[in-house]
Amino acid sequence: MKKWTPYLLVAPYILHFMVFVLFPVVFSVVLTFHSWNIIAPMKYVGLANYTHVFQDRLFWQAVWNTLRFLIVHIPLQIIVALGLAELLNRTVKGASFFRAAFFLPVIVSGVVVTILWQQLLSFNSGILNRMLTALALPRVAWLDDLAIAMYSIAVMATWKNVGLYIILFLVGLQSVPTQYYEAADLEGASNWQKFRYITLPMINPTMFTVVVLSTIGGFSLFVEPYIMTQGGPMNTTLSAVMYIYRQAFQYYHMGYSATLGFCFALIILMVVVLQRRYVEQEV
Amino acid sequence: MSSFLRYGLLMLAALSFIYPFIWMVSASLSSERGLSEMTLLPIGFTLSNYATVFTKIPLDRAFLNSAFVALLTTGLVLVSGAMVGYALARMEFVGRSLIFYLIIFTMTLPFQITLIPNYITMVRFGWVDTYLALIVPFALNSLSILLFRQAFQSLPQALIDAARIDGAGELRIIFQILVPNVLPTVLTITILTFMGLWNEALWPLIVIRDEETMTMPQLVTLFSVGGRAEGQLGVKIAAAVMLAIPIVILYLFFQKHFIRSMASSGLKD
Repeated sequence: MKKWTPYLLVAPYILHFMVFVLFPVVFSVVLTFHSWNIIAPMKYVGLANYTHVFQDRLFWQAVWNTLRFLIVHIPLQIIVALGLAELLNRTVKGASFFRAAFFLPVIVSGVVVTILWQQLLSFNSGILNRMLTALALPRVAWLDDLAIAMYSIAVMATWKNVGLYIILFLVGLQSVPTQYYEAADLEGASNWQKFRYITLPMINPTMFTVVVLSTIGGFSLFVEPYIMTQGGPMNTTLSAVMYIYRQAFQYYHMGYSATLGFCFALIILMVVVLQRRYVEQEV
Repeated sequence: MSSFLRYGLLMLAALSFIYPFIWMVSASLSSERGLSEMTLLPIGFTLSNYATVFTKIPLDRAFLNSAFVALLTTGLVLVSGAMVGYALARMEFVGRSLIFYLIIFTMTLPFQITLIPNYITMVRFGWVDTYLALIVPFALNSLSILLFRQAFQSLPQALIDAARIDGAGELRIIFQILVPNVLPTVLTITILTFMGLWNEALWPLIVIRDEETMTMPQLVTLFSVGGRAEGQLGVKIAAAVMLAIPIVILYLFFQKHFIRSMASSGLKD
């Protein structure tokens, strides 16, 4: 082995890192102090982009929409995934069939799932409303009601991703030593007590992974509202990434869009740090 | 909980995950009237929805684009991942731990930050509307480097020493001796990378404007958001079915590996 061999091997990585990671990060910082529409030369504007962010109602609405999405999506994701993982963990027959079924939406493109759910949620002919009608209940405007549309998307996203989290929880559940449950049985613990005092603390690391992954996934929400509602009705399903995309590629406000990207990344960071604290304290 | 209730709940859940897909396929084969039924078998069987898709958008071309881009990029990810992973796992050199931390840093960086500069890079390189824009930014991947590094670390040094005594060069050691010994890792990386690329819609939407170069998810997205489906649900759904079919077929073949690789990486799309 010659001395420069390792450097030759990592050279493509270094080059790729500089062009697609280092440069973008540095350039993003520079962009946030400029006004630029790609065609005309960049114009230095100082902190104007940053001050504008604070006055931009639509951005904060988009951030709020994204948070509303997460507030429904994350707990739902955990409850459904943990529940089904528990059921699967105790089931011997057909476990691989069930796993495969739950995992199917995970592998399919978000584009497909969105087009599919658009039909399922359709006001006039959607399956959900047909079920409601059959039960003599009033139909719901799943995607057109200002208060409901974002939560419909959150439920859809849960359906799409929950299979992955079922698998993660299953791995977590299977790593809990069975002696703990046996000891608890001897003490006469109820099923709920066993779940609360043995299972939950033991799967804490998995819980944290699930929370962080679904948070980051939720923050990058784009395709689902982009196809389903285009951010409507009345911008109630406009996600932060959609708004950043819109500012950059529809209005060509590159500097401002980069600033939004930074502010949003900061918000993500804050939420993830808070979650880390909370999840570690909680159990 | 009785086992009857458990299986009941599981069946109900499984049904809610599978039924929509069955409905989708069946609806795509139905006449427009059948679409509003919760049908499991097509009503008024017809292939006209599929025929319409092909006459309205160049979906066959997009399929070839997607396959070409996803296959080539996956190949590049494997080659580059093995090379960098090998250097990190098996070689001593100045800057090794720095590179390791750069990789971790890259993985935690939100893509919202790099999105616009990367687009500008594509414009400056003149790569907009070319395959290069779809391939090069994805040709190296932090996760694959880490997975290869981990796998190579667990192999015995004797394997490498023996190859060296036989006069094998480093590339030969990597690709002929080590890679065949870590096939599960290769499979994991292949599945994750290919799936991610096949389903990626946002980046193509940004760098490709020319219909001839569009990938499948992008074309289907534009088709269904834009007016060209003209409210014909069946046509829209048929396009979605065709986007889903390749990955579902792969999934049915490699089901176990799909689930294992996703679980081991803890990552999604």
